Order: sequence, then C-alpha cells, then structure tokens
Amino acid sequence: MAVQFHANGMSGLRLTKPWLDLDEAAIAALPGQLGVYEIGDAQGGTLELGFAGGRSRFGLRSAIAEAAAKHERAARFRYEVTMQYWSRFEELLAVYVADHGELPAANAENRGGRRVGRIAAAGS
Amino acid sequence: MDFEPSPEQKLILETVRRFVREEILPLEADLDPDASELPAHHRERLVAMTKELGFYGLDIPEEYGGPGIDLVTRTLMAFEMAQHRAGLYAPCYGVFGGAGLAQLYEADDDQKERYLHPVLRGEKRGFFALTEPSGGSDPARAIRTTAVRDGDDWILDGEKTFISGADKADFGIVFARTDPELGRKGITCFLVDTDMPGFRVRRIVHTLRSTHYAAELEFNRVRVPGRNVLGEVNQGFAIANDRLSRNRIPYAAGCVGVALKAQEMAIAYAKTRKTFGDYLSTRQAVQWMIVDNEIDLRTARALTLEAAARADAGKPFRTEAAICKLVASEGASRVVDRAMQIHGGYGMTKDLPLERWYRELRIRRVGEGPNEIQRLIVARDVIGGSFH
Repeated sequence: MAVQFHANGMSGLRLTKPWLDLDEAAIAALPGQLGVYEIGDAQGGTLELGFAGGRSRFGLRSAIAEAAAKHERAARFRYEVTMQYWSRFEELLAVYVADHGELPAANAENRGGRRVGRIAAAGS
Repeated sequence: MDFEPSPEQKLILETVRRFVREEILPLEADLDPDASELPAHHRERLVAMTKELGFYGLDIPEEYGGPGIDLVTRTLMAFEMAQHRAGLYAPCYGVFGGAGLAQLYEADDDQKERYLHPVLRGEKRGFFALTEPSGGSDPARAIRTTAVRDGDDWILDGEKTFISGADKADFGIVFARTDPELGRKGITCFLVDTDMPGFRVRRIVHTLRSTHYAAELEFNRVRVPGRNVLGEVNQGFAIANDRLSRNRIPYAAGCVGVALKAQEMAIAYAKTRKTFGDYLSTRQAVQWMIVDNEIDLRTARALTLEAAARADAGKPFRTEAAICKLVASEGASRVVDRAMQIHGGYGMTKDLPLERWYRELRIRRVGEGPNEIQRLIVARDVIGGSFH
C-alpha cells in the first residue's frame, strides 16, 4: 500500500506565504532561520528567488536584506522557513520556469549553465 | 587478504589526497554547506586537471575510454575522494567523471549511439527508475507500472518515486511489468526520453538530504518505440539486480571515506580541546569512542576491499557486496555520531561537515537496498533457500 501523506507538507509546490511590504521593520522582524524567499516588484512580478543557506549570517533576515538591496524595484517579499533550502529552491525555480517559460532575470544571470529541473506545471 | 597499497597505488592515492586537500577543500570553504555542485568555471578547470592526471571517467570501461583502473584501486581512491563535506553523495563534486548508467553498456549499437555515447560525452543525462510507491526492495512484486505492446511500440502507464536526477535528465532507464503472470520474469527495461508525451515529473521529494534530491514521476500512456527496449523483453529484472549488487561497493566506499575524515577530525579535536585542565584525548570516555570508531572503520574498510577484490577476480561477490554495504553504512553512521559527540556543540553546527554527513549517512542505511535486505541477501546465500 502506497503511503498517502501528501507530499510537500511545507506548502505545495509554489510559495503560498503572504506577501509582505519590503521595509526595515519587516526585515528586522524576520527570523534567523534558513529557508527560501521571493523578492517581488510593485506590479506583481518576481525579481528573484533565493535561499538563506548555512553561510548566511542571520538566516532569512540577512539574506533577504542583501537580496532586496540588489533590486531597485524591490517592493515586497515572501519567505518560507525550511532546512531543505536547496531542494526547495530548486523546486521553486523549476515551477517558475514551468509557469513562465524562463527564470527570473537575476536567477538566470547566476545560474552559470546549470540545468533547471523540469516539473509538471499543473497543481498547486 | 593483504590490502596494503602497492607502490603504484600509493602514488595514485597520494595524488588524489593532495587533489582533495589542495583543490576541493579550499573551494568548499566558500560554498554553501549543503552544496553539491561547483561553479562552472571551477568545475571545468578541475575536470581538465583530472583528465590531465589520467583519472577522468574512472568507472568507464577501458574499451569506452576509461583509464582501466581495477576496482580495488578505485575503491581506495573512493575512500580519498569522499573526504570532504559533499564527499558522500558528490565525491570531488563529480570532477573525476562518472560512468553514466552501467546498464547502457549492455545496450545494442543503436541504443549506444543514441544514449551511451552522448552520456559519456557529457551531452545527455539519464536516470534509473525502479522504485515505485508500492515499494523498492522487492521490485519483482512491487512494480505496478505496466508496458503493453501496441504494434511496434509499447504503452507505459504508472508511477515511480525516489528517482534521483529525473527532473534534469534527458532520458531514463525505466522498469515496467510486461507480463503480470510471470513475477520477476515479467519485467522489461525501457529507455524513455523525458520529452515523450505523457512523461511528467510530478514533484520533488524533499528529504533530510537537501541536495541530490529525488523526484516522483508519472507515466501516462507514454508511447515508447520497440527499439527502446533495453535487453530482452521480460528480462529486465536481471538488469536491475546486477546494477544493485555492483553499486553497493562504491556506495560502501563513500561511507568509509567520510568516516575516515570524521575520525581524523575527532582525534585532532580531542588532542587540542581541554576540559577541566586536560585534553579530551586523555579522558577514557573519549578514548573509547575513538577506539570504537577505529574498529568500525577498519572493519568496513577491509570488507569493502574484500568485495572489490572478489569482483576484480571475477568471483561471485553478491554476499560480500551486501555485507560491505551494511557494515560500512552502519559503521560510518556510528563513527560520525561519535565524532559529533566529541566535538560537542560545534559538532551540531553547519560550520563543520559532521552534521551533513550525519544526515546523509542516515539515508545510506536505506539507499541501494535497505540494510534489512542486505541481511536477507546474506542469509539466503549462507543458509540457502529462496525466502519467499
């Protein structure tokens, strides 16, 4: 009998956490844990997907602050705490490509020729 | 058996050891602690170095361009290549090259042209899909994916899970049931392109190993041409079984490698860390942990080399491969656990590689056949009988 728990107990394939306005107070309130994040602009576009890994000084707090500082149009963000930040990040990239046909520009620049996984676009 | 390395082996091992310490460890200091890939420019530079050394594609048969190094020597090299943070699942980040999928060497000429040679040239990637949601340890009964003949083609329906690399692959070696009445003699192996309609990577399976994740696959009326049957129809189980036995030796060697490094770290730390006015290494509790590590290490090392030597000699090695896999995976888990204990709080941090090895070694007791299956294999071989 196959195990019937579902799958991504974290939140489904896509990031579904609420968007937060990008300001100093919001960043200061972020946890120091590891995890993944998405930086967005005011028009609803995604500027960058990223992760706070084991070398980040203050986990998501410092990783999101540093990522946001690179994007003039950064207006909001969302995140998910997870220790499986690598596989979750790769999953988010694959789902983004399935949905949009290409990576966010900042991720495409940093990919360095490494493949992005192909994942079914259907489902949450 | 005497496994003292020959002068030639010593030279090779010293070269690999220096490569790990001078090329891999400095790069690793800047990578994320869970990383399993190098930036492209470093990878290209190091691949050029291993090619220059004559060590690229170690596991590729000599007739396909491999360096023709025997398995005992490759096992000794694998002990060295695993001695860094990513070493268990990505020894030297793959810059020594891989053999691809061993089953492809049994393919016909047309299949070799379409799959094997592109893999060896680094142009294509493949995956190996045996396990299903209904189980992986007993493929003869657990495989529910079906392949039904339709003219010259086959129609595949079903699902697979815990399949590494499938989301980034160009094709897969997929096992499906072609005769429901024949048990293990009713399974056939297919080469399935990932752009064939009906093939889907449904999701990534997140585990305690953050990189080198696995995926869940769906086959929905995937039409596979008859020329993509690998080997004979209904003979796929033998292909799967042979791969499982062969893989257990390098699998064990990786465990031994990280355990060797963990022991080295534990001893170094015990000789420098003071508590209550004296070094940890003077405390009997710590000494015994280090002694127990040494016993686990020497046992696993000897049994892994014994399995490799039998394979090199062309003797049956299924029992030895099963024993070395279970002894190395369980022993290395204990070694890393004790090394973490000796390091105290630091042992739990991502500053050191111990926590990554601890997580990844837990998978080693299940991967490539759970250790209970290894015991079953040994029992079957030493007691006899089929254990149905």
